[in-house]
Amino acid sequence: MTGPAASRRVVVTGIGVVAPGGVDRKAFWSCLTEGRTATRRISLFDPAGFRSQVAAECDFDPLRAGLSHQQVNRSDRYSQLALVAAQEAVLDSGFEPDEQAALRTGVVMGSAVGATTRLENEYVVVSESGRDWLVDAGYGSNFLYQALVPSSLAADLAVEFGAHGPVQVVSTGCTSGIDAIGLGYQLVQDGEAEVMLAGASDAPISPVTLASFDAIRATTPDNDDPAHASRPFDRDRTGFVLGEGAAVLVLEELEHARRRGARIYCEVAGYAARSNGYHMTGLRKDGLEMSLAIGQAMAEAQLNPDEISYISAHGSGTVQNDRHETAAFKRALGEQAYRVPISSIKSMIGHSLGAIGALEMAACALAIDADAVPPTANWANRDAECDLDYVPNTARQLPVRSALSVGSGFGGFQSAMIFRELTELAR
Amino acid sequence: MTRRAVITGLGLLAPSGSTPDEHWATVQEGRSRLAPISAFDATRYPTRLAGEVRVPDLASLIEGRLAVQTDRWTWLALLGTEYALADAGLDLAELDPYDLSVVLASSSGGNAFGQRELQRLWSGPTRTVGAYQSIAWFYAASVGQVSIRYQAKGPSNVLLSESAGGLDSLAHAARLIRRGVPVVLAGGMEAPLSPYALACQLRSGRLNPATAPERAYQPFDTAAAGYVPGEGGVIFVVEELEAARRRGARQLYGEILGAAATHDAAHTGWAPAANHGYYAAALRLALERAGRSPDDVDLVIPDAVGLAAPDRDEAAALGEVFGGRPVPVSTHKPLVGRMYQGGSALDVATALLAIRRRTMPASVVPADPAPGCALNFVAGGSAARLDTALIGARGFDGYNSALLLGSVRPARPESEAA
Repeated sequence: MTGPAASRRVVVTGIGVVAPGGVDRKAFWSCLTEGRTATRRISLFDPAGFRSQVAAECDFDPLRAGLSHQQVNRSDRYSQLALVAAQEAVLDSGFEPDEQAALRTGVVMGSAVGATTRLENEYVVVSESGRDWLVDAGYGSNFLYQALVPSSLAADLAVEFGAHGPVQVVSTGCTSGIDAIGLGYQLVQDGEAEVMLAGASDAPISPVTLASFDAIRATTPDNDDPAHASRPFDRDRTGFVLGEGAAVLVLEELEHARRRGARIYCEVAGYAARSNGYHMTGLRKDGLEMSLAIGQAMAEAQLNPDEISYISAHGSGTVQNDRHETAAFKRALGEQAYRVPISSIKSMIGHSLGAIGALEMAACALAIDADAVPPTANWANRDAECDLDYVPNTARQLPVRSALSVGSGFGGFQSAMIFRELTELAR
Repeated sequence: MTRRAVITGLGLLAPSGSTPDEHWATVQEGRSRLAPISAFDATRYPTRLAGEVRVPDLASLIEGRLAVQTDRWTWLALLGTEYALADAGLDLAELDPYDLSVVLASSSGGNAFGQRELQRLWSGPTRTVGAYQSIAWFYAASVGQVSIRYQAKGPSNVLLSESAGGLDSLAHAARLIRRGVPVVLAGGMEAPLSPYALACQLRSGRLNPATAPERAYQPFDTAAAGYVPGEGGVIFVVEELEAARRRGARQLYGEILGAAATHDAAHTGWAPAANHGYYAAALRLALERAGRSPDDVDLVIPDAVGLAAPDRDEAAALGEVFGGRPVPVSTHKPLVGRMYQGGSALDVATALLAIRRRTMPASVVPADPAPGCALNFVAGGSAARLDTALIGARGFDGYNSALLLGSVRPARPESEAA
């Protein structure tokens, strides 16, 4: 199975980020390259009574970030994070669509759980804290329907930026971010759009999300030392740390970007997805489907394993994931898996579900731009089954010509995407 | 050469029926399937009618453990997939799992399941939910479960464009087929009837409070006052044409000829008065991409949301695309309710059945057409020509989608079952 011969190349011309530890692109990159962790005891509500009480929160005030009172009233926090990230990305790209270009400008946003926080807060009101099954609709927010339907996320961005082209919300659990950028890439490649705002957002730090992951013991119970709670690939890891955030990229057809003299961060070189057909949350140890996604993405990018400069791992910090993923890298890259630097930024900014894939793609673009790769923080002890180079604790300067990022999501989704330096080589 | 995407199987679960034949009969007889909500006691809600899927004890049709782990929404998707594969006569044992993808649309998630768990969390003595909340409520739950149960390991996706995604899922299926995937399970499924989900829908201000089914959803009529919700939808088997022919597919319902999506970039409710231009652009783009002209279209199935301003916009968009030609228009949404993503999927099924039977689907005709909305609503009956149908769908907050379907023009005789 191969993709079509791609004549239209797609490049990244803008990056916007709202993340824990840094509310814009530069602060995000500083946090990552300094190896600072942004995980802490939850402050958005009182987490007492939950098994896991730590998270990576964004220091985000929507009004100070420039949103209007109306936007704050209309939209859940996940949409607010996305609006601010998108503003930065669009400004960064210098792209201003006129009426003609607007029909060729679209939005694809990923989110795993949408407006779950507002849905829960509103539920508490209309149900009298769960007393009533037949909830009283009259007491709900005027924007309760916008919370029910996560299509609001991409619509909010389309309205803000006047995008009249294809608009979509993609929700494939924790691969939503990669899959949203992947769909945006395909829409530009296929000529359905010239410019796409593509990214993802989630703001899931709420009681119901905490309780959901508590129930399956996926999140860490290490509440005593929040700063060191997220320990991907470390022998003593104890589960993931929930996070929140948003990242939006401006994807653009290469010649379109060149004509307007845009700054080009990198090229989207390959994207592939597979499902494991195995289990909603379980992963087989062989990493087969993730390795197939990686292999297909490399084939599309026409890159050999030794041409991958860096891997941004899913690296959630669960035993099952870290071993599954390590096996997938070995299967897809062979001996080269031992040579390529691999890191998980979830060690610093937590796991923001659908958003993290977009944050990781933003990190890949910035890594190519800066010729540096972020570390895996909190790494201290080698796991016998995780024996690759996880760039422990300290960022590394090296030529980053291409970066591979992978994601693994509830539902069995396995996705891979490759960014690379723009070269003049004809494909 | 472009790989062509054809639809070879339908798995239909709707208020109008649980088989294509039942659905078709409901449409042709114009029989309303709206009734008081039975999923819960809705008597205190301003909207009490809905279209429900009438499969008794649906949960019993799902294997025990799986039924407990999933919402009704996922039961519908699993059962719809079962029906679709059976209808297509597709033997999964002969298919490489990586050659099968799942792309479904829904506007929300596992609503009733999620509400039960929220109730437990907030009213119970401990701050806990059950082990399956993490996999049952979220938007990818149905696609994940379908991919596991049917070993669909190709590139899959979940699209959430409110009511437009039933069409978007088929557009994406065609995109995957062009890119080399042989078979895609696509479509849309919804289960929006839980007390909290209904409360959320009521806040949109678009639901109709009527208690008489014939007054509950009257698109293009002067009496238009919103819609009532419906549940269900359709799962389609979409295949690459040559592969479908090679395996001797039992039927080729139709081909996905073209698709397009645009956005109004305006919030619903705040849209300018005359705002049909971007919807018209989507309809035109779908035709353009298929290399067809408006004159080639034999049937239009519109979004028909049943609110004065959007109905007028939709009629204006059709006027703009088709000029003075009174293109035949048919809608059966008033019979089943607005099924969101499942509704646009059901419109596709109706168009495919109409093309296959060379028979116009009987439209619900407004008794008193609103100004500007006097479209050519068709009665059922055989059609001299019914090869090409254009489906329009609009999602809340500005989504516009269009899909052009056509009969499969055989390069050689179809290998149809006698």
